[in-house]
Amino acid sequence: MAISRADNSVLGRWWWTIDRWTLAALLALIGFGYVMMLAASPAVAERVIGSDARSLLLVKQVVFLALAASLMVIVSLLSPKGIRRFALVGCLVALALTAATLVIGFETKGARRWLNFPLLGTMQPSEFLKPCFAVVTAWLLSLGKEAGMARLAAGRPRDLGLLHPRLFWPGLALGLLAVIAVVLKSQPDFGMLMVVVSVFLAQSFVAGLNLVLVGFSALGGVGLAVGAYFILPHVRSRVDRFLDPAAGDTFQITKSMEAFGYGGLFGRGPGEGRVKNLIPDAHADFVFAVAGEEFGFIICALILLLFAFVVVRGLWRLMAEGDLFVVLAATGLLAQFGLQAFVNMASTLHLIPTKGMTLPFVSYGGSSVLAIAMGMGMLLALTRRRGPRLEGRE
Amino acid sequence: MRDSGDIEELRPPPSPSAMPAGRTVATRVVSEGRPLPRPHAPDLARKAQLETTRGRLVIAAAGFAALFGAVGLKLAVATIIDPAEPKLRAAPRVPDGTPNIGRAAITDRNGEVLAVSLQVTELYANPQEINDPVEAADKLRSVLPGLDRERLIARISQRTVGDSDRPVQFAYIARNLPPRQQQAVNDLGIPGFHFRPAERRFYPQGRAAAHVLGQVDIDGHGIAGVEKHFDARLRGNHDPLRLSIDVRLQVALRDSVEKAIADFNGIGGAGVVMDVNTAEVLAMVSLPDFDAADPGGLQQRNAEAESDGPIRKVVARPAAPKPVHQDQDPHFNRATVGVYEPGSTFKLLTASMVLDAGAANIWSTFDARHPIRYGRFTISDYKGKNRVLVFPEVLAYSSNLGAAHMAQLMGPQRHREFMSRMGMLNRLQVELPEAARPLAPSANSWKEINTFTIAFGHGISVTPLHVITGISAVANGGILRQPTLVAQPDGAPREGTRVLSEKTSETMRKLMRLVVTDGSGKGAEVPGYFVGGKTGTAEKTTARGGYQKDKRIAAFVGAFPMNAPRYAIYVMVDEPKPNAKSHGYATAGWVAAPAAGAVIARIAPVLGMVPETERIAQIQQSISIPLQPGRPAGGKAPVAAAPQAATPAAPRANIPAAAMPATPAAPAQPVPVPPATLHPPALRRTEAPAPFRLAAVPDAMDEAGLASR
Repeated sequence: MAISRADNSVLGRWWWTIDRWTLAALLALIGFGYVMMLAASPAVAERVIGSDARSLLLVKQVVFLALAASLMVIVSLLSPKGIRRFALVGCLVALALTAATLVIGFETKGARRWLNFPLLGTMQPSEFLKPCFAVVTAWLLSLGKEAGMARLAAGRPRDLGLLHPRLFWPGLALGLLAVIAVVLKSQPDFGMLMVVVSVFLAQSFVAGLNLVLVGFSALGGVGLAVGAYFILPHVRSRVDRFLDPAAGDTFQITKSMEAFGYGGLFGRGPGEGRVKNLIPDAHADFVFAVAGEEFGFIICALILLLFAFVVVRGLWRLMAEGDLFVVLAATGLLAQFGLQAFVNMASTLHLIPTKGMTLPFVSYGGSSVLAIAMGMGMLLALTRRRGPRLEGRE
Repeated sequence: MRDSGDIEELRPPPSPSAMPAGRTVATRVVSEGRPLPRPHAPDLARKAQLETTRGRLVIAAAGFAALFGAVGLKLAVATIIDPAEPKLRAAPRVPDGTPNIGRAAITDRNGEVLAVSLQVTELYANPQEINDPVEAADKLRSVLPGLDRERLIARISQRTVGDSDRPVQFAYIARNLPPRQQQAVNDLGIPGFHFRPAERRFYPQGRAAAHVLGQVDIDGHGIAGVEKHFDARLRGNHDPLRLSIDVRLQVALRDSVEKAIADFNGIGGAGVVMDVNTAEVLAMVSLPDFDAADPGGLQQRNAEAESDGPIRKVVARPAAPKPVHQDQDPHFNRATVGVYEPGSTFKLLTASMVLDAGAANIWSTFDARHPIRYGRFTISDYKGKNRVLVFPEVLAYSSNLGAAHMAQLMGPQRHREFMSRMGMLNRLQVELPEAARPLAPSANSWKEINTFTIAFGHGISVTPLHVITGISAVANGGILRQPTLVAQPDGAPREGTRVLSEKTSETMRKLMRLVVTDGSGKGAEVPGYFVGGKTGTAEKTTARGGYQKDKRIAAFVGAFPMNAPRYAIYVMVDEPKPNAKSHGYATAGWVAAPAAGAVIARIAPVLGMVPETERIAQIQQSISIPLQPGRPAGGKAPVAAAPQAATPAAPRANIPAAAMPATPAAPAQPVPVPPATLHPPALRRTEAPAPFRLAAVPDAMDEAGLASR
């Protein structure tokens, strides 16, 4: 792109301040999303929706991916302040809509997660809640930290008023989390809840949460997991099947592993996959298996590396960042992105018990793709190079 | 506090205390009236905070790196190091040229293919995959114009199965698609149309042996004829099934019977040619017949009527064929299912019986002057001589009275026993599901009057195959064998039951010859082949049991050559009408005997038999018998029957046919007799499975099964 460094327009400054490596990696993932839709959607569309929708499914996702790319770029044009405002509004709206699903949402597969908008189609508002809440959490936590630092600087470190900003803002974040948790539990959407809580914990962790509390949180997480195993039958069944494949129906995961095995190093070639036709969820949660069958280890490893690159490089670069809000927000967004990718790929590879989670950008799903794009747009906006370097402070 | 906007980057670095924008800590501190922090204190706190954050970020990044690394390792394991073997369906078989045929072929005794399954393609649609049925139907009809447009559209429109909400995913469009049309359909590129291999039965000989072969249903299961009898065999063993039929004889026999029917304006007819020594059926026709390739003209019928598409639903077929009387039904096999009064042909059995039992001799006389009155019945002769007849005259002139008197010598019980022994009271064990039981009086109701009438072939109804089987036993030396449609191994003797002595058989051969030379069967004579036989004209019975004066069955049964019989022949015309040539007669002598003669004249050369020309007189003398043989000088006991008189009824032994010598009548005058095991040189007998010889795909394949479906 021939944009002069002296170009001072919005686009020009965007181009020279944006993290172009991350942008490239994300666009590459969107590209894989296109390719995988071509590979995975025909088999599924025919089976699930009927031949009428065979191309419809594809066209829809193509449109969504294009929208996602645009949304990502547009959001990345915002300033950190703009992001914060955007996220705050988005968080409230999304929370309201998510709560509304309990009332006006329609039920699929035993859960109320979706809203049906006339003309716009269906959407899952909790997907949009996720990145917005991460940014809001970052903001609240950083507010608390700033207050704490100010107090420290003021020389009164032992002051422990409950309504003091140092505790008030994180407390507010925790309260918000509790509300979201209740709503998500009612849907129910434990996968989403897990991500939201994990991201919150990751942000708290990076914000410098007391290691004792970190330990307690970890213990609490383990406790919750064990509790879920004993309380929720479907969790128990999944874990049982993971630990002992002979215990129950492992058709999907068996087929998934066969798909990887059939693909081998180079894959069977585009459109040559055969196991994929047997995987019920080939276009969504098991799209990585389709990639494995048709494109083989090399492309799968490339996809994996792209995710790892975005996450690890993003986290690494944050070390040079001085703005705590930016650090925390970016951490949250990256953690969400990375966690989702990890859970999806690890599930598909039988590394962890199956948990339905989309592979960012690659899996089918309009809400998912747009929400991820929004989150990554925020990340790009937050990690744009700002003042110090431009002003030669480094 | 930092501004967004154009001048952002030109401003000095934001104050640490101004982070995050909006509500600033410093402002609050100020507003709360607390002392301003020392400049370096927030910096220190911030530094400490950032140190912590950085440390935590390193941990987080390392954690994610570890997670992704684990995924990468597992990915490598799953794809390269220890790949799971997918259990996929086997790849489609690569055709290697051998047809994948499930049903064995049927050949005649010489290996000519009579029925063969060929691989065809079925075209079916998955309505779920068809978006625009009308467009798809119109496109398809450009290649398969025989399809009915409205019905095709209905079949490929999306719908559900019955009342359920399960969508219909399979609808037959055409069941027999030749490769060229398959390619053409494929080239249309309409989604939703699929092919699958199937096979279809073809009958290259058309009508020639339709009744013997029977037919298969649309799924290839035998439903009639040999196809049904050997259904399991044909599906289990892929070697061709070799029938005893010789298609050359079959065609000749059919032509001759057809001509006789046409000449005498009959409604039908039947003919059988049998090897007397093995009871193999060499030819068997029933007319009218049907085209085995299109049984019952189904395609034609479907074209006319609205049927339910390629899947012919029996219940829903609107144009079910009206039941036809068996006389008109082309599927009715007169030779094995039609039971008719055999008429005078049975006099041969009556004569055999009394000779074999010693109850009469060839010089015995029978009073044919007066009709027999028995209750309300009167038995008289047709064109009778009205005098006392000698034994041979009874047969030659076909005297009912004579035959009745003959049977009277035996009595009802022994008569019935003999008939049972000759197989005339039981269903034949032929390899056809269509084999009728004879209609005969039961043991209790078989009275003397029954014996009188059955003696000349009335009051009993048997199939033509019964007649020829019995006469084969009379002619072949006295051994009854169940008729068979399966080719027997060459030269191997076939199990049979001795029912008559060889002596009786020899006498009977002479008598049969006499009927043709001097009696009613003159029309069957073919010079040089020494035909012998007996005519039989019977009035057809009505459903209520009465006789129909003007509806007759005219039959001839015989064998040739009578000096050493090889083949038996039966020809029958159903309801012949007199024509000019027959001088107003429509009796067997005028109808069936000439037809039989025509058949023999035509098939004997095919069978490799050369007409005798030089020793005609010599041979003829050896097998002739005078019409009025005198009692042998010296007043000896009757020679013909005496030796057998002691054991008349018991079946004697199973004697192989080949062991039966042709007994010359006069040892002083050796008569040339063809060896019993002679095989016509023209016969191509193949022990090994005969290779298929299909020069070309039958025409029926092109559009067959497509029309109207």
